[in-house]
Order: sequence, then structure tokens, then C-alpha cells
Amino acid sequence: MIRLEKRAQPSQFWTLATPFLAVILTMIAGGIMFAALGSDPFEAIRVIFWDPLFSEQFSAYSRPQLLVKAGPLILIAIGLSLGFRAGIWNIGAEGQYIIGAICGAGMGLAFYPTESFIIFPLMIMAGALGGWAWAMIPAVLKTRFGTNEILVSLMLVYVAEAWLASVSSGLLKNPDGMGFPGSRNLQQYPAAANTEVIAGTGMHYGVLTALIAVIFAYVLFSRHMLGFQIRLAGEAPRAARFAGVNPKRIVFLCLGLAGALAGMAGMYEVSGPAGQITIDFNSGYGFTAIIVAFLGRLHPVGILFAGLLMALTYIGGELASLMLGIPAAAIQLFQGMLLFFLLATDVFINFRIRLSTGEVA
Amino acid sequence: MDLSSINPVLLIASLMVSATPILLAAIGELVVEKSGVLNLGVEGMMITGAICGFAIGVNTGSPVLGFMFAALCGALLSLAFGILTQYLLSNQVATGLGLTLVGLGLSSLIGKPYEGIKSPTLQKMELPILSDIPIFGPMLFSHDPMVYLSVALIAATWAVLKYTRVGLVLRAVGESHDAAHALGYKVVRIRIMAILFGGACAGMAGAYISLVRVPQWTEGMTAGAGWIALAIVVFASWKPWRVMIGAYLFGGVTVLQLNLQAAGAKVPIEVLSMSPYLITILVLVIISARGNHGAPAALGKIFHASR
Amino acid sequence: MTQPLLSLTGLTKAYPGVIANSDVSFDIHAGEVHALLGENGAGKSTLVKMIYGLVKPDTGTMKLNGAPFVPVAPSAARLSGVAMVFQHFSLFDALNVAENIALGMENAPKQRDLAAKITEVSHQYGLPLDPYTRVGDLSAGERQRVEIIRCLLQNPKILIMDEPTSVLTPQEVEILFKTLRQLKSEGTAILYISHKLEEIRTLCDTATILRLGKKVATCTPAETSAKELAEMMVGETLHVPERAVGDFGEVLLKVDDLSLRAPTEFGTSLKNVTFDVRAGEILGIGGVAGNGQDELLGALSGETVSTPASVALKGQDISKMGPQGRRALGVLAAPEERLGHAAVPDMSLSENALLSAAVRKGMVKGGFLNWGKAKSFADEIIKAFDVRTPGAANAARSLSGGNLQKFVIGREVLQDPDVLIVNQPTWGVDASAAAAIRQSLMDLAEKGAAIIVISQDLDELMEISDHFAALNEGRLSAIRPIQGLTVEEIGLMMGGAHDASSTTAESAA
Repeated sequence: MIRLEKRAQPSQFWTLATPFLAVILTMIAGGIMFAALGSDPFEAIRVIFWDPLFSEQFSAYSRPQLLVKAGPLILIAIGLSLGFRAGIWNIGAEGQYIIGAICGAGMGLAFYPTESFIIFPLMIMAGALGGWAWAMIPAVLKTRFGTNEILVSLMLVYVAEAWLASVSSGLLKNPDGMGFPGSRNLQQYPAAANTEVIAGTGMHYGVLTALIAVIFAYVLFSRHMLGFQIRLAGEAPRAARFAGVNPKRIVFLCLGLAGALAGMAGMYEVSGPAGQITIDFNSGYGFTAIIVAFLGRLHPVGILFAGLLMALTYIGGELASLMLGIPAAAIQLFQGMLLFFLLATDVFINFRIRLSTGEVA
Repeated sequence: MDLSSINPVLLIASLMVSATPILLAAIGELVVEKSGVLNLGVEGMMITGAICGFAIGVNTGSPVLGFMFAALCGALLSLAFGILTQYLLSNQVATGLGLTLVGLGLSSLIGKPYEGIKSPTLQKMELPILSDIPIFGPMLFSHDPMVYLSVALIAATWAVLKYTRVGLVLRAVGESHDAAHALGYKVVRIRIMAILFGGACAGMAGAYISLVRVPQWTEGMTAGAGWIALAIVVFASWKPWRVMIGAYLFGGVTVLQLNLQAAGAKVPIEVLSMSPYLITILVLVIISARGNHGAPAALGKIFHASR
Repeated sequence: MTQPLLSLTGLTKAYPGVIANSDVSFDIHAGEVHALLGENGAGKSTLVKMIYGLVKPDTGTMKLNGAPFVPVAPSAARLSGVAMVFQHFSLFDALNVAENIALGMENAPKQRDLAAKITEVSHQYGLPLDPYTRVGDLSAGERQRVEIIRCLLQNPKILIMDEPTSVLTPQEVEILFKTLRQLKSEGTAILYISHKLEEIRTLCDTATILRLGKKVATCTPAETSAKELAEMMVGETLHVPERAVGDFGEVLLKVDDLSLRAPTEFGTSLKNVTFDVRAGEILGIGGVAGNGQDELLGALSGETVSTPASVALKGQDISKMGPQGRRALGVLAAPEERLGHAAVPDMSLSENALLSAAVRKGMVKGGFLNWGKAKSFADEIIKAFDVRTPGAANAARSLSGGNLQKFVIGREVLQDPDVLIVNQPTWGVDASAAAAIRQSLMDLAEKGAAIIVISQDLDELMEISDHFAALNEGRLSAIRPIQGLTVEEIGLMMGGAHDASSTTAESAA
């Protein structure tokens, strides 16, 4: 009989090793899935994980895409990791991302066609503020009434989507768009365009912000009292109160920061890669970022790598659907499996597997 | 706006239809939560049930087989959740989210060939005598069998939880797994059974959407119904009959807003389509402001039998 | 002698790294009260779990009435006539008494029949209970009754009781003993686990003493002195803490008419708590668990704030101040629950040192942490309090209960507090560590700190306090000097006879 035995303390080795183990297991399970879909599993894995980076044919296009896709994922996941560490389950980042995009784009479009260097910073602020405000709704309801933040933040995703549908064919609709839904293209409005910082790398301002957020979160958790308090609140709420942590303050802080970062991510996306507000400009980054946060062990540096890996599966997935006809949904499933395998292998961090003979109970 | 186009008899009847998937999913989740487990993957299990049931329904021509297969698929998916949370002791919140993401991916993968097809649907079952009562007959007693089954399931869950030993043990496990373990009850086994029941209910709930309510397959067609079911369990303070009240109230809101949209109400369409979610939030706030009475004490806590 | 009812031969059980029981053998006869005596960690719990079918022995055999007895699960043990009352009750707060009892029975009758039976049996044994009350609303003593009645309904041949008196007032202990003697006269054997020597000497016919998993001796407690029993149990001569009682200084902490509503459904509200402690004084606060101990500690540490002027330090009102503010002024606390309240299980000892010592030990500057200082303070605690651990980088949960408790107390004591509040400072700690902790508290008082010791261990309070008061349902009794206080008086104070004790206290003062 297999029995789990609790370790005296968490294993450092397995904390680092389980993400790698999970990736390998996902590749195996994914390979079986691809085989079932009628593709050569080895080729599929190669197309997804190797070709976007190293194939001569595709890497010129794919490599910059890596940063473009990883940027928002990392930015949102960093914000989520603050809350997850504190035991606050904000799963509505998708909604905060949409609202940030609407507010940011709205700010930019309000100035159209004025050209000024101040417009883009104002848009960033509007995006952050929008995401922050959207996240404040579950925060206020949680601290004031004890309402479950999981359900509220998620319901607000659907509300945000309804609102997005409304503005893309209403308030923010392109007046010169010949009746098609969708806003003006911000890429064609230089003052409001999120351009590449270094040309040809995919490194736009959003990616830069994501890198700053990683450093900021790293310092917060390793050197600052606030980071320590966030961890206390998550690991032992009573001990946190004993240490003088105000739990409501932590809720506001974590949800607020997560919302602001997700809002910024939305704004950078809509003014950069997406270009315009449309009914479906959001591509589920807010949900994928949950996987990124966990895969990165809720650690800023881990999230950086996890974000890059997840971006790779997006690009590789597109490539695989182009080259091998693997449906895009298979990649979504692939990402979900990754989270599952990670959660399954995490057992090794705190437990040792023992084979024993017939222990009662 | 033309309110006269809204027929109260049809409104109530369609309310029951629109509430049934949420009712099924919520009663399953209630049993899961009563055993002390929080499965946030209802949405994922529902959407998987929706496509699995639809696929079998279309291929065999039998919606009944479709429902059975949907229940099986929902239970299988929930088994993955059960193994992860009960044997590998993973965090229930994260695992439930993972289950939803997996379910969404899985369903759209399976569903690609089925888009745009119509499925066979369940026949209406006119209850003899009762369905002949004027007004109430067509309103309450001429529905498809799943509507009656969902109500029967509520009654059965209530009776089992209240009057039987199985129900007592289930509640005990959800209150304190350590105490239940000390008395010699198999905590993990009982919870796995509850999780499987919840999965089967969610699977059938999904199939009801794709086989009866719509009846068609579109990607992401559950549109948050699984999450609303979770909210309704909270709203119901973990009591079966209140789950029914909650689901029917919610069904009423959904049907009413659709009717208002159709009747050309002066309220903007996006406000109407947001309304079910906004009302869910509102209800959650009202309930939580009174304090979460009735929540199983061990809900969401990880159980590991040490020495 | 007749055939023993239960006979244990060579029972051994090892866990990785620990041998819980090694070759334990003894017999229990019908109608005998058999004590199982030993320190925390001596292997008492594992031994009874083997008898109750929760744990399977590695080697060794058990015989019940001469026939081999191999319980595979508690239900099997119960069917064979073995019943057990747990130390931490295996009860369900949200369920009623009858439901709780039904859960512990193999073939529970219908609830209505069961309820009648409960009322009947509970009166028969002098332990009245209402079958329809929710267990969460019962006192600790009544909760124990639920457990006992649950066992009695099965007509057990052997009743195992794990530390039954730790939650009872002296008067309730008397009632329990009466019940147990009645059972004994009916022929039931009782296996009575305790480390309270006087209790065992009054109640038990035979005692088996365990130390470090091995049987040390079986003796007749009435013919053995408490000192001999203690030495067999501990295996060494105990160092009894000493202190010189000096004069007390100024009033450091003054609590005036402190009332607080219970934060949770099953919590206790504090009602008009009033007392003060002076420099150099140790105030002992007794009482049965769940009578407001946690809430009082929280109100003093700053985890909960109270109405203005209800808590004052040296004349300064600190009622509205949080824990960090109070710490800066010199009010420190050590809560009862080590894992999860006083310390974070998965965090290292350095991080746990930072938890409460950040302000007074200068570990934060402008919000930024100084990990070097945290580590060196953790090392200092480990050294000064003899905490057995490989180092400050180890997680709190890797320490044994006693070692973690030494760390927690040491962390507060080494911050030189003016006022220190501790709750259950030696609960679950072995005798020598307990003695060291008590000594450190007395030394701190001698240096001029005011100390409040909240404890359910009356012997401990008698040993170290200068004054005594008891909590009952959130009310604090009048404060009495410890000298000359009798067990009966303490029992009355704990039982909530407020008027009687306050009038005598006033006349004494």
C-alpha cells in the first residue's frame, strides 16, 4: 500500500523540481493526445516547443512573439501571485484586464487626434486605475460583508465582457469604421500606440512594465515587511493578526495591485498587439495567468520563466495548428493539463511516498 | 415596450426549464460541500457534460443515453479532482480552477465537429391528470423528465441528509474530518463518493443545456452557469430546498431578462445581459452580510490522517 | 487471580525515526481502574490507539477474555466491547447530542428512541444531558459527558479515558470519579490515562508507568508516593523552580471593565474583566478551557481592540493600539496555539523570530527587513532556551511541541518585556522543559516585569503565581493571594461562584 508521510519541512529540491516534472508529464500526456488526434506526437512536441525558437523558417517571426505573449501573462500573474500568497483568490483578472483596456483605450481615443507625449502615460494610468477599480469591487465586498471574492471576481468577468461588447459597438466604435464594430486602431494613432522599445524584439512597453513588476515583486517578498506580511496572512491568518497584520489592508493591497497590473496589461495589449477594442480582443490571458502564477511557484522569477513557457505554448500551438492541423483547443487543454500535473506532483514537496504493508486507518 | 407579449404561464414554464441545469449542478455541489470539499470545477464538468451528452445524443439519436454518458463524463472528470485533492492533497481552490480550464479546453476540442448540428431532444412528459389542471397544468406538469428528476433529486438529497445514517456520516465528515476519522469513518472514501456524485450531477446539468435548453452545441455555452451554481449553494446556506428556491429565482431573472429583451424594453441590452451576474453578486452580498451560517466547518480543508 | 479481561504482550510500534512503543506488556482485569501514566511523548496515546484499532502494532499480541484480539478498525474494537473517550473530543459542533452519539455507535437506533435512551442513561450515571442541544453550545465538561454517554450506551467491557480531567473543574472531577466508581462496581474495566499523580492515587487500583515508549513498572498507586511515581515517570530527580518573593512595584498593566463580544459563533464574550498587575508580580488566571482565555489574551496582546480606557499600561491608554504598537511599549504575549498562532508552521525559525520581535529588536528599517538580525536573534533564542533543532533555517513545524514552546516563550522573554501575557505556557511540554519555562517566567518577574499566566494546569499556577483569579464564561473572579487558597475555593472560583468569592476577597482585603 502506498502511504504519504509528512516531511518535517518542505523539500527545497522538490519545490524547484516539480514544475520541470510537470512539464515533462504534460509533454507525455500531450503526446498521447496528439497521437489520438492523428498527429505524430514527437513532431507535434517539436513544433510546439522547438520550432518557434530555433527553426530557421519560423523563428524570425516567432521569437519577438514570445515576449509579446509573455508580457501580459507575466504582468497579470505577478499581481495574482500577491493575492494567492495571501490566500486571496482573485480569479477575475480577465475582467480587470478588459476594464483596463477599455479605460486605457477610452482615455487615448478621447484625445484623438491630438498628438502629445503625455497621452500614452495618461492611458497607462487610466488602464491601471480601471483595473484597480474593478478589483476593488470584490475587495470592498469581502472586507465589508465577508463576501466570497472567488465568485464575485469571476461574475465580474462576465459583466466586463458584456460591457466590452457594448462599448465596441457603441461608445468607442470607430466613427469612420463604416458601421463595423470595433474602435479606431490605436496603432495608427502614434501618440497612443504601444510601440516596441527595441525594434524587432517584441519588447513593447508592456513587456518592460512586466520586467519591472518582476523586480518589484522580488524585492517585496525577499526584503520588505509588506511582502512578509502578505505571506503571513496566507500561511497562518491567526499568526498574522498576532504579528499585527491588518487582514483588510492585505485584501485591499493584493486585490488592488493585481487589478492595476491586469488593467495595465489590458491597456498595453489593446494599444499594442491587438490595436483596437473589439468584442473579442481579449484572448483569455487573465485565466492563463492563473496557470502561470502556479507554475512559477508564486515566485517572481519563477513566474518570469513560466510566462515565457506558456507564451511558447501559445505560439507553438498556432504553429502546430498551421502546420499539423492540431486544433487550437488542444493547446488550451494542454495548458490545463500542465496545471493539473503540477498540482499532482506538488505532493512531493510536503510529503514523502512510502510503501508500507497494510497500515490500518 | 410590449409587456403583453410576456405570457405568465409560459414564463413560469420556461423558468423551470432555464433553472434546471443550475439546479442539477447546485444540488451536486451541495453534497460535495456538505462532505467538506470545495470543488470549483463545476463549470468545467458542466461544459464537458454538455458536449459529451450532445455527441452521444447526436450519434445514437437517444438523448437518454446522452444524459447517462454526460453523467459518466462529469464523474470521470471529478474523479481527477478527487484523486488530486484527496490522495495527493492538492489545494482545492487551485485544483478546481484547473478542472474548469481543462474542461473548457477538452470540450472545445471534442466539440469542433459538432458545431451547428441540431440534436434530438427529450419529449415532454405530460403528467396524467395533473397536467389537465387549467393554468397550473401547462405551467408545472408538462415538462421533460429531467425537470421532474431534478426536483426529485432535491427531495431525495434533503431526505438522505436529514434522515439517513449515510447523510449523517456525510455531514459529520464535512464538519470535522479528524473527529470522523477518530471514530473510524473512511473520510477519503466518503469524500470521493460525494465528489463523484457532484461530477455526475454537473455532467447532466451541462447535457441539459446542450440537449434540451438550446438544443445545440456552441463553444463555452455554459457561460458561467457552473459558477452561478456555486453561488446558489452559498445562497441556500447549504440547504437542499433553498437550492431549489435559489435556482428558480435565478431562472426567473434569466427568463425575464430574455423576455424583456425580446419585448424591446428601454433598458440597454448589455445591462439586461449583465443582470444575472449582477444579481448573483447582489445576492451573495446580502447572504454574506448576514454571516455564512450553515457552512460545513471543514469546507476546503485538507485532510491527512497522521498517526 | 482470575483470567485478565485484556492482556497485552510485547506490543511494539515504530514510526520512522521514533519508537512509540517498545515491548509493552500488562493485564487489565474486570472491575479494575488501571492507570496509564507517563509524560507527553511516552507512548500512551499510541498504545491506546492500538487497543482501539486506530493503529496496528508492528509486533506483539493482545488477548480479550483469553481470545486473540486484533481490531482492524475502531468499529471492530467497539463491537468487542472496547470504548474510548478522547482527550480532544471527537465531536461535531454543528450536530446535536443525539446525532453525535449515533455516529459513535455501530447500530444506532432511531433518533427518537436514542434520545430517550440518552436521557435515561445520563441520569442513571449522574451526568444529565439534553439529546437535542447542539454540541457546539455545550461547555467542555458537558462535551465530555457526550463522549462518556456515547461509550456507555454500548455497554463496554473496557472504557479508555484519555486525560479526562484536564478540562474539568475540581467539582466536575468529583462527579466524574463518582461515575467511574459506579462503572467499576458494575464490572467495567477502565484504562485511565493521566499524568496527574494525585488523581491516580485516589482513583486507580493499578498503574502502569511508561517512559520513552517502554514500560517502567506496574504498581499499586495507593501504596506508592507521588514523588516515587513522578520519578519513575520522568526518570530523574526533578528540578523544582524557585523564586524569591519580593515586594511588588508600581502597577504596570491595568485592565478596567473590559467587555468584548465573542468574535465567532463558538467563542466566548468577555464581561467586565477588571484586574491589575504590578512590577514583579505573577498573576495566575485559571479556568476550564473555552471560558475566555483566548479572547483575554487577544484583548491584551492587541489582536482585538477594546473600548477606550479598558486597557492601560503605566497609566497610558492602549485599548485602541494594535499588537505592534503595544510591543513597542513593552507589552508582549505568547498565545496558546503554537502552530498557526504563535508561530507559522512552514516558516523558518528566523522568520518566526521576525514575527513578533521585528519592532523591539530593530529588524525593520523603513519597511525593509534585516534578515541578519532576525537570524542572530533566532540563534540567541535557540541557545538561551536550549531549543533542540539543527538551526534557525528549519521550519517551525519540524520542532517537537516542547522545543517549539521553548522557542516561543524565549522569543518573548528575550525581548525584555515590561508586561508578558502567556496562555498555557507548558501545555504538552515534557517535565524538564516545563520546569525551564516556568523558571524563565519567574526570573523575568524578578527583574521587574509584570506577568500574567493563563493556564488550565492548577498545579502550575499554584507553583509560580503570586495571585490567582479564574475565568468563567468570560467573567474574571476576584483576585486572591495564592497563599492559603484551598482547592475547594479554587473550584468555586472556576465554577463561577462570583458573589461568594468576591465578598470573601473584599473582606480579606
